[in-house]
Amino acid sequence: MRIIVCVKQVPDIAEMEKMETDPKTGTIIREGMPAIVNPFDEYALEEAVTWKEKQEGEVIAISMGPPQAEDALVKCLSMGADRAILLSDRDFAGSDTMATTYTLARAIGEIGDFDLVLCGQQAIDGDTAQVGPMLAEHLHIPQITYVNRIEVEGKHVVATREVEDGYEVIRCRMPLLLTVVKGINVPRVPTYSSLSEAMDKEIPIWTAEDLDVERDRLGLPGSPTAVTRIWYPVPRTGGQVLTGEPPELAERVAQVLLNILQG
Amino acid sequence: MGISVIGEKCTGCKKCEAACPFGQIEVIDKKAVIQEGCTLCGACHEACEVGAIEVERPILQGASDLDTYRGVFVFAEQREGELRSCTLELLGEGRKLADKLGQELAAVLLGDEVEDLCPLLVAHGADKVYLARNSNLRFYQTESYAAVLTAVISQYRPSIFLFGATTTGRDLAPRVAARVRTGLTADCTSLDIEEETGLLLQTRPAWGGNIMATIKTVNHRPQMATVRPKVMKKPEPYPDRKGKVIHIPIKVNPKGMKTTLLEVIKSREQTISLEEAEIIVSGGRGLQSAENFKVVEELAQVLAAAVGASRPVVDSGWKSHPYQVGQTGKTVQPKIYIACGISGAVQHRVGMESSETIVAINKDPDAPIMQIADYAVVGDLFQVVPELIKVIKSRTKKGESRKNLT
Repeated sequence: MRIIVCVKQVPDIAEMEKMETDPKTGTIIREGMPAIVNPFDEYALEEAVTWKEKQEGEVIAISMGPPQAEDALVKCLSMGADRAILLSDRDFAGSDTMATTYTLARAIGEIGDFDLVLCGQQAIDGDTAQVGPMLAEHLHIPQITYVNRIEVEGKHVVATREVEDGYEVIRCRMPLLLTVVKGINVPRVPTYSSLSEAMDKEIPIWTAEDLDVERDRLGLPGSPTAVTRIWYPVPRTGGQVLTGEPPELAERVAQVLLNILQG
Repeated sequence: MGISVIGEKCTGCKKCEAACPFGQIEVIDKKAVIQEGCTLCGACHEACEVGAIEVERPILQGASDLDTYRGVFVFAEQREGELRSCTLELLGEGRKLADKLGQELAAVLLGDEVEDLCPLLVAHGADKVYLARNSNLRFYQTESYAAVLTAVISQYRPSIFLFGATTTGRDLAPRVAARVRTGLTADCTSLDIEEETGLLLQTRPAWGGNIMATIKTVNHRPQMATVRPKVMKKPEPYPDRKGKVIHIPIKVNPKGMKTTLLEVIKSREQTISLEEAEIIVSGGRGLQSAENFKVVEELAQVLAAAVGASRPVVDSGWKSHPYQVGQTGKTVQPKIYIACGISGAVQHRVGMESSETIVAINKDPDAPIMQIADYAVVGDLFQVVPELIKVIKSRTKKGESRKNLT
């Protein structure tokens, strides 16, 4: 069984409190912000490694990003990925989800046959949840999104999909792409030795040169969407502080709720 | 036509014939033959296991005929024959956009025995309803729905196509956008038309609203977006509005699909979804145990609210993951968010900070959540919440819902 896991390196939002803004432009200074593996992608990777251990096979982690995204792949290797590939090229910069998935699909094409592609449900910085379905379309394979349980039955996968009012159970023949939610597993914590082993592994960097791509579908020029404006809204501030004895507090809160609901 | 069968690759297996939702492929002398009525939906290309069918769609990058794409289309999401509330919200918003452009608003409805919904869609603003009715479209499935929508886009060429940012919309829209090779913006909270260009301005938050971005799709059509539920206002229905229903002839053969929907399971616990709830009552670490969480559930019940939880609650196993609000859970935007015993770490705040009104009940007046709450209630939740339940109950007549109470 060969499983490809797509991962993204994202800024660690827990550190956002300490984030500084440029006094001139009002933009966030991203430099020096700690980066982590997108938490949803860790669930995808853990799931892949678990199935590899049960079924035997290979887990390949793949990421597109700047050279420092290598750190995210090292973490993947330390969590049990057999190998990792970094897609990094100035020509990839500015990719929207369409250009990103086109590039990922071409890279997966270079890797060759596979049984599963796993992705996190979304990345915590962009929150689009678009990479999974778009990548599946480029690869011409079915997709099952928001999966919280995977069973492998021979050449088929039975996946449980989390929807607003419950679950859907879907069966599909491999190959296919799945995006996973939190709660599907508990990702393992790398040990010191697995981490040092991972750091010794070589992570090849693939550029546009290495891929069979149409150049005009890459990066910013290859992206159908364009960001035309970015701004930072004034952060939310507090309102009234209510203090007093519980029954009195309850009365006042109830009144607030009723006033709002009566509009 | 932009579709061709590569004769030497085709094995005459008939998988494409089964997959075509429009009955436009016939296998003659062991070779697939595409018929006149092909809509370029791509279902056959997906189904073909030997790569014998190629579909080439005109790519609209910088094309001169961008103006020939007209109209605002809305995906009318239904579940079990009932329209999702986000569909009506989309119609209200879509109506405004269509009026600004001086173009039509159309709803695209897929399902089984859903004709009854057409007048409702028209009453809420649709000039046209494109209706694809088939017993195999009863439940949402990516493959069949994506094929029908691709065909609708190829045939009717809308300028704008909107979806609700639900688990269905966010599964379907990117699949379709990638197939027709256009831009898609996720989870928009505001839409507008740029005056000079007539382009759709798609505004969305990132990082829980700490950053806002406006995005345009300049050279591709349709301009596609998913829209966050509960943000746009539901329009007033006008039952006298006139609209046209256009039937899309469709035949879906389950044998032609790669995925099989085995079972649809309704959640027994959460009866109101977090994304669609007007009120959410959430509990945090301050609850101290799974047992204590009942007080949150009871408050939610008397308010007809959905139940939410912070990450520590889910990580401790007091509540399952579908309840989690925050960065690795759900992003919500209710009218009222009541946080009980939640400290308000940034990972939680990014999931609820856009709520209209935030009420926080916490012992610690310095907790981060109290700094963003519209009403920061300083008190012990184990005393305040039961009192609150009592007060709400006393104002609710026996057996009546919260709606009657107001």
